[in-house]
Amino acid sequence: MYKIVTKKELAPKIKLFEVHAPEIAKKAKPGQFIILIVSEKGERIPLTIAGYNAEKGTITFVFNEVGKTTKQLGLLNEGDSILSITGPLGTPSEIRNFGKVLCVAGGVMIAPMLLQIKALRNAGNTIITIIGARIKELLFFEEEMRALSHNFYVATDDGSKGYKGLGFLKEVLEKEKVDRCITMGPVVMMQNVCEITKSFGIPTIVTLMPIMVDGMGMCGVCRVNVGGETKFACVDGPEFDGHKVDFDQLIKRQRLFLPEERLSSLLWEQLGGCRDGRK
Amino acid sequence: MAESKPKIKKEVVPMPKQRPEVRRRNFNEVALGYTEKQAIEEANRCLQCPKPQCVQGCPVEIDIPAFIRLIKEGKFDEAVKKIKEKNSLPAICGRVCPQEGQCQKFCVLGKVGDPVSIGRLERFVADWERAKGVAIPKLAPPTGKKVAIIGAGPAGLTAAADLAKLGHKVVIFEALHSPGGVLVYGIPEFRLPKSIVQAEVDYIQKLGVELRLGYLIGRIYTIPELLKDEGFDAVFIGTGAGLPRFMGIPGENLGGIYSANEFLIRVNLMKSYAFPEYDTPIRIGRHVAVIGGGNVAMDSARSALRLGAEEVCIVYRRSREEMPARREEIENAEEEGIICKFLANPTRFIGDDKGWVKQMECICMELGPPDESGRRRPIPIKGSEFLMDVDTVIVAIGRTPNPIIQRTTEGLKVTRWGTILADEKGKTSLEGVYAGGDIVTGEATVISAMGAGKKAARAIHEYLMGKNS
Ligand SMILES: Cc1cc2nc3c(=O)[nH]c(=O)nc-3n(C[C@H](O)[C@H](O)[C@H](O)COP(=O)(O)OP(=O)(O)OC[C@H]3O[C@@H](n4cnc5c(N)ncnc54)[C@H](O)[C@@H]3O)c2cc1C
Ligand SMILES: Cc1cc2nc3c(=O)[nH]c(=O)nc-3n(C[C@H](O)[C@H](O)[C@H](O)COP(=O)(O)OP(=O)(O)OC[C@H]3O[C@@H](n4cnc5c(N)ncnc54)[C@H](O)[C@@H]3O)c2cc1C
Ligand code: SF4
Ligand code: FES
Repeated sequence: MYKIVTKKELAPKIKLFEVHAPEIAKKAKPGQFIILIVSEKGERIPLTIAGYNAEKGTITFVFNEVGKTTKQLGLLNEGDSILSITGPLGTPSEIRNFGKVLCVAGGVMIAPMLLQIKALRNAGNTIITIIGARIKELLFFEEEMRALSHNFYVATDDGSKGYKGLGFLKEVLEKEKVDRCITMGPVVMMQNVCEITKSFGIPTIVTLMPIMVDGMGMCGVCRVNVGGETKFACVDGPEFDGHKVDFDQLIKRQRLFLPEERLSSLLWEQLGGCRDGRK
Repeated sequence: MAESKPKIKKEVVPMPKQRPEVRRRNFNEVALGYTEKQAIEEANRCLQCPKPQCVQGCPVEIDIPAFIRLIKEGKFDEAVKKIKEKNSLPAICGRVCPQEGQCQKFCVLGKVGDPVSIGRLERFVADWERAKGVAIPKLAPPTGKKVAIIGAGPAGLTAAADLAKLGHKVVIFEALHSPGGVLVYGIPEFRLPKSIVQAEVDYIQKLGVELRLGYLIGRIYTIPELLKDEGFDAVFIGTGAGLPRFMGIPGENLGGIYSANEFLIRVNLMKSYAFPEYDTPIRIGRHVAVIGGGNVAMDSARSALRLGAEEVCIVYRRSREEMPARREEIENAEEEGIICKFLANPTRFIGDDKGWVKQMECICMELGPPDESGRRRPIPIKGSEFLMDVDTVIVAIGRTPNPIIQRTTEGLKVTRWGTILADEKGKTSLEGVYAGGDIVTGEATVISAMGAGKKAARAIHEYLMGKNS
C-alpha cells in the first residue's frame, strides 16, 4: 500500500499527489512513469512521474480526472493509500547539454515537463518554454516554469490568456535558433508542434500515451508506428522521435475502448461512486 | 506375474467433464477430476512394468510406477510424497503437462490401447492432498544467505521453495501485481483454476519466502544492484518468454487485433470477463479468428467463445498433425464448437473507416519437406488468397524472451534468440547469477520450467555453501 502524503488541486479536475514510495523515489528519472491500481477490481493505469524526493521517500504525479479510475483516484485524500504502484517504468529521457531546448507542454503534462526542465537546466541548457491549455483556468505551475525558463510563453485554445493557439510558434522559431524540442501533452498538440519543428529541422521528442495494460512489454497494446516500425511505447518509449510517429494511428488506437470507458464511468457515477468514493 | 498374463484393460477411465454445450459459455474448470474409485480403477490398468518406459518421458523423472502403485493401494498420501520428491507443482502439472508427448507417449499400454492416464492420476492425488491441507515441511536451519528470485512463474516459484527449505532467506521480485507467471496471466481459469496457483503461492509464503509484487527488475533494481547494494548473495532469473510476436503484415495495428498475451492478460489477470464489475474492458466481436496452433491459440479461442463470440475460427498454417497444442485441448476446443482452418496464413488485414478490422486476407499453404523443427514446412500457394470476414483477431504465433533484464545487465551473455545463456545447472556468465525456464529455453512447458528451477536451486545452494567455507 502506498500512502498519499500530499494532495493538491492544481486546476479544476487536475490533481497532484505526493505518495510514499521510497524505493521508486530512489530510482525514478525524468521521462519515466508508474502504473497504479486504485482498488481490488481496478484497472492498471499509467501516470508520468512528475517529481521524486529520495530523502523524503516520495514520488509525485499529476492527473486529469477523465474517466472512472482517475475520478476514483481523485476522491482519495491525504492519509489514504493506493493499492499498488509499479515503477519506475519506461526508458528515461536523454538529458544532456543540447544547447537551446524548446519545451512545449499542454494540459496535465505541464507537470512532468517541469521535471524535465529542471533536469535540462541543470545540464546547462538554455530553456524556452511554452505551456498551453484549453482555457486559462486550466493552466498551472506558471510561476515555477517562468522562473526556470530563459524565455517563457503561454497559449490557450480560446485565447483567454497569452497567445491563441500554437501558430505563434513559427515566429518564435524564426527568431531563435533551437537545437532540440521536447513536447508532452494532447496528441493533436504534439502533432502540430512536430509539423512546425519539422519545417525548421529541429529534432523533436514526443511523449506518447497509448493505452497500456502491463507496461512492461508483455501485451503489445501500446504498440505505435515509429518510422514504419512497430515499437512498444512502455519499454521502447514513451519518448520517441516525433517526426517519425504515425499520429493518426495513435489517435485511433487511443480510442479503441471508448464505449466501454464511457459505460464504466457512467455506471460508477450512477451507483454513487462520486459521493462515497469507495465503490 | 509370470504364470498368468494379467488381462489388459485397453480403455482409459474417462475424465468427468462439464458438458460442451454448457461449458462453452462459462469459465469454470472443464475437467472435473477423477473420484477415488475412478483413480484406483485407472491405476489398476498400470502393468507395473519391470522396466517402465514412461519414466524416460517425464522431464523430471518422477517414479511413475511407484506412485501409481501407491494409488492402487489407496495410499494417496504416500503417492503425493513420491511425486513431490521430483515435482513440487503436481496439481498444476497434472492439469497442463502435454502428457501425450511425454510420459504417456512411452507407456507400453499405448501400443495396444490407451496409455495409462498418468497426468490425471497425478492431478487426482495432488487435489486430494490440497483438500486435506498441505503440511509445511521442516526447514533447514537459517544459513544467513539471501537469494533474489526474479519472476514468480513456475521456474521462480520452484526455485524459491527449494531454497527456502534449505534455509536460505528468499525474496521473489515479480513485476506484475499477481504471482504465478503464465499460470495466472496466460492459462485460463477453465483449464487451471487460479485458486490452485494461489494455494501454491500460499504454501511458498508459509515457507518464509517474501513476495514483492510490482517490482520490474532492470528498472527498479538491476541485477548488479541486487548483488551489491541490496545484500543478495545470489540471483535466479525466471522471467519467462512474455514478449508477443506479431506477423509484421499490413493492417496489424488496426483495432480489434490483439496479441494473445494482451487478450489473455485482460481476461485472466485483469478479469475483463467480468467487466464492468472489474474495470479493465475487453471487446469481443461476433467473428473471431485466432492465428496459431499451440496451447496459446487454443486458450485464446476457447476464451473468446466463452466471452460470447458467435463463431471462433483457428487459422493454422500447417495441418492438424503438426499442431503443437495438447491433444486433449484440441479435442475439448472442437467439442465446444471451435472451427479449425488448416493450411492457411494471413497476409493482410483490412479495416473499416473507424480503424477496426473487418476482413482478413489469407493465403492457402501446402506442406513441403521438414524444417529444423522436424515439422513439415508450410509453403504458400501462389494466387490462392481468400478473404474472411472477421471483427476480432487474436495473434498467437509465439512469444520471445522478456528483454529488460538482458538490456540492463552488463556482462550477462545472451544468445542470438535473446534467451539468457546458462549451463544445465542454470549458471549464467555472471558469478552468483542463475537462470532457468522459458527465459533460457525459449517458450517451453511448465514442467521444464519447474525442473530448471529445481536444478538451479541445487546449484545455488552449492554455490552459497561453497562460498561459506
Ligand atoms: C506513459 C503514459 C503516461 C501518462 N501520464 C499521465 C499523466 O501524467 N497524467 C494524466 O492525467 N494522464 C496520464 N496518462 C493517461 C492516463 O493513463 C489515462 O488518462 C488514464 O488511464 C485514464 O483512466 P480512466 O479510467 O480515468 O479513464 P478512461 O475513461 O478509462 O479513459 C479515458 C482516456 O484515457 C486513455 N486511457 C484509458 N485507459 C488507459 C490505459 N490503461 N492506459 C493509457 N491510457 C488509457 C484513453 O485514451 C481514454 O480515451 C498517461 C498515459 C500513458 C500511457
Ligand atoms: C496461454 C498459454 C498457455 C500455455 N499452456 C501450457 C500448457 O498447457 N502446458 C505447459 O506445459 N505449458 C504451457 N504454456 C507454457 C508455460 O506456461 C511456460 O513454459 C511456463 O510458464 C514458463 O515458466 P517460467 O517460470 O519460465 O516463466 P513465466 O511463467 O513466463 O513467468 C515469468 C514471470 O516473470 C515475471 N517477470 C518478467 N520480467 C520480469 C522482470 N524484469 N522483473 C520481475 N519480474 C519479471 C513475469 O511477470 C512472470 O510472472 C502455456 C503458455 C501460455 C502463454
Ligand atoms: S509404462 Fe505405463 S503401464 Fe508401464 S509402468 Fe509406466 S505407466 Fe505403468
Ligand atoms: S503496455 Fe503491454 S506491452 Fe506495453
